[in-house]
Amino acid sequence: MAYSEKVIDHYENPRNVGSFDKDDSSVVTGMVGAPACGDVMKLQLKIGDNGIIEDAKFKTYGCGSAIASSSLVTEWVKGKTVDEAASIKNADIAEELALPPVKIHCSILAEDAIKAAIEEYKTKQSK
Amino acid sequence: MNYFELFDLDPVFTVDTANLAERYRELQKAVHPDKFASQSEQQKLLSVQRTAQVNDGYQTLKNPLRRAEHMLSLRGIDLSHETTTVKDTTFLMQQMEWREMLDDISHSNAPQDKIDELYDSFASYEKSLFNLLAELLASEQEQDDKSAAEQVRKLKFMAKLQDELTRIEDDLLD
Repeated sequence: MAYSEKVIDHYENPRNVGSFDKDDSSVVTGMVGAPACGDVMKLQLKIGDNGIIEDAKFKTYGCGSAIASSSLVTEWVKGKTVDEAASIKNADIAEELALPPVKIHCSILAEDAIKAAIEEYKTKQSK
Repeated sequence: MNYFELFDLDPVFTVDTANLAERYRELQKAVHPDKFASQSEQQKLLSVQRTAQVNDGYQTLKNPLRRAEHMLSLRGIDLSHETTTVKDTTFLMQQMEWREMLDDISHSNAPQDKIDELYDSFASYEKSLFNLLAELLASEQEQDDKSAAEQVRKLKFMAKLQDELTRIEDDLLD
């Protein structure tokens, strides 16, 4: 299967790979996995007191499309408010990376990772 | 297609594998294309289709993970085409950790020891998942079927890990 140039670029030069200090109280983590392919994705967001995402990091075990999807969203969420980030749709990711239909689930995984991280943020806020 | 019916077996997870293999041989013989060589084209085609069905059924029922998936699909839970995301953090953390350990094998001084350790860890975790799965499938309650589907999803991650580990071991031997 041919990957698009954007997927290859993100795959070969993934942005924001790694982890934040998990004891940092401004960091939230979204962990998601896709049973169909066994991909596992961890997305961490560093969120300021004003609710703006200051930084993002990811670690993904999976195919090129899954790595590219998570790499892309780390770039997209930076500087956004939590609500803006939560409105990122998998279709936007799939379109940007020109993902073929069989790889759409990789973009769904990335969307769900953002949602899971933000869910943790909201839970933390309400405490 | 209900493969349990095709093989005339009770639709239970604890399949008697010797019995299954015996039924497979009988069915294979009964539908084999050689038997239909002198018959009409339609009969021949049917025999080829039946043979494919019997082979597929055997592969499905022989493999515990595929067998469980088949049982759940018969109960209305289709896991083969789903794009459900797993969000069990504890489970996923463990997956991440194991993936990291797989990555570290090639930098290790004693890679075979690491590989053996991981085989053991994977096997014992899989065994506990399969035990739970067998219990859940036996109850035939809707709620338990949903939990069983969760175990199948987890076992799919484990199958992926096993494949990776086998690949790493093969690369090491090259």
